[in-house]
Amino acid sequence: MNDVIIIGAGPAGLSAAITCAKNGLSSLVIDEYLKPGGRLLGQLYEEPSGFWWNGIKESESLYQEAIELDVQIQLNTSVHNIEKENNYWIIYTETGIIYSEQLLLATGAAESPIPVPGWTLPGVMSVGAAQVMTNVHRIKPGERGVIIGVNVLSAAIAMELQLAGVKVASLTLPKMNKVTQDAAQPGEVLDSLLHVSHMAPSKVIRFGSKLMNNDVMKKIGVSFYPKQGFKMWDIPIQLRKAVIEICGEEAVTGVKIATISANGEVVKGSEEHIDCDFICIAGGLYPLTELAAVAGCPFYLVEELGGYVPLHNEQMETPIENLYVAGNITGIEGAKVAIKQGVIAGLTISGNAGVSGLTQEIRRAIKLTEQTRDNAYIQFHPDVKKGRKAIQEKWKDCMSTAP
Amino acid sequence: MSERIYDHPVLGALKENEYVTFSFNDEEYKGLKDESLAAALLANGIRTLRHHEETGRPRGVYCNIGHCFECRVKVNGKSGVRACLTPLKEGMVVESGGKLPTPVRDWRAENE
Ligand SMILES: Cc1cc2nc3c(=O)[nH]c(=O)nc-3n(C[C@H](O)[C@H](O)[C@H](O)COP(=O)(O)OP(=O)(O)OC[C@H]3O[C@@H](n4cnc5c(N)ncnc54)[C@H](O)[C@@H]3O)c2cc1C
Ligand code: FES
Repeated sequence: MNDVIIIGAGPAGLSAAITCAKNGLSSLVIDEYLKPGGRLLGQLYEEPSGFWWNGIKESESLYQEAIELDVQIQLNTSVHNIEKENNYWIIYTETGIIYSEQLLLATGAAESPIPVPGWTLPGVMSVGAAQVMTNVHRIKPGERGVIIGVNVLSAAIAMELQLAGVKVASLTLPKMNKVTQDAAQPGEVLDSLLHVSHMAPSKVIRFGSKLMNNDVMKKIGVSFYPKQGFKMWDIPIQLRKAVIEICGEEAVTGVKIATISANGEVVKGSEEHIDCDFICIAGGLYPLTELAAVAGCPFYLVEELGGYVPLHNEQMETPIENLYVAGNITGIEGAKVAIKQGVIAGLTISGNAGVSGLTQEIRRAIKLTEQTRDNAYIQFHPDVKKGRKAIQEKWKDCMSTAP
Repeated sequence: MSERIYDHPVLGALKENEYVTFSFNDEEYKGLKDESLAAALLANGIRTLRHHEETGRPRGVYCNIGHCFECRVKVNGKSGVRACLTPLKEGMVVESGGKLPTPVRDWRAENE
């Protein structure tokens, strides 16, 4: 039996495994993907210092460190159920059942779709799918694409596509309906875009977004560019237009796009067609929590963290004994925060496995995570700290009323 | 078309170069060893991986990371395999699924 099993070989899972191994625990990391690194693999951007954050390299170095510390890593293995019996965990995988005393869930995040008519046609994919095709598999998702959904992730990926020589014809909104709501409101979207304006890989690009940096300009930005939109990183961003239909019979051939009013309604007669051979849908990320749910962990809806998150404390423990969580399963943030959370989880697990004298180190790791959060380059939600606080409050409430 | 990106301004030149042969719906194709089956198919211009079991409409890769199950194909006789999670191997036999018969529904439609 393993001391600890970690589900997810993303940045959180790998850094937790490394930390456990350093403390003498035997750990097994399971992942259904064919490469270690999780969603870190696809990430590629230039930091203000000029350093390129290359997810493939970062994943490789985490993986190497884990291997050198004798961490076992089993890829191509999906976990579909977990159970607890007599103080140990039973983990059901596609290739068999395995057991461990402690279990860390580091399953990351998934993308929400936006159900635009025609979205099941071949050639329509999530924006993360295009990121993985381009940066990990090195295959262009198509020649010319339209991205539906304007947010931090889609803006970053639009830039990555462009870097790889893939044309992005437009970054635009979905037509407003009950599902899309905020994502179809030009004002809301522009607000959220301000959080990526610093990510531009060249000086030219920064101009457009700096212009937007106060409320007055934002309003002008929305109403002044009613039809033509503006450009960020040379990609046309059209906040006054929305894709109302994805066209094609056997595969995507284009989109029907229309002008929308400031509050998201379609202006009749304004429809036009854009040719393209692929579409990316960017509906945002939510924590991938099914396994925590089958384990019986309580959940709370915390919008600032991206949706329903399993209850956990600062040490990454859940209310269920010997069950831990780290990384995006606890809230949507970047890979650097996930790595730091993995360290906390690894230390807590080691402590609970009997390694003594870790209290100081855990406290330091928690501080370091907060600092990393404060300096985060990509922030998926501006109020993530508020969200973190909310879940800690819930933890306190639950623990004080626990029998 | 969806070409391979041999040279990337930041990631550099493509290092993998071992090609293997596989088949999809009885046609032969080449792809890079251990790349995902979904990627190998797309690199060969194949976007439609299956047809919806009920409507018969074409389906392709959606999430590319194992979450949506849109990319299910039959691999070496095993059905329901996610192409985006499957590493490509020499001689792989891949087939796409078609529309399933729905006799009950047809019967009702005719008798309404
Ligand atoms: C599509 C997508 C794109 C993203 N792009 C960016 C970006 O460009 N920049 C950025 O800063 N952040 C991005 N993120 C956020 C990203 O999730 C974090 O940056 C970071 O990778 C989170 O690390 P993690 O270890 O928590 O999870 P992940 O990196 O998501 O790793 C989780 C791992 O768990 C595995 N897994 C999940 N469920 C199971 C199961 N049942 N059985 C077996 N294995 C399982 C997955 O295969 C995956 O490898 C993206 C997220 C997604 C979903
Ligand atoms: S494309 Fe979503 S599971 Fe393969």
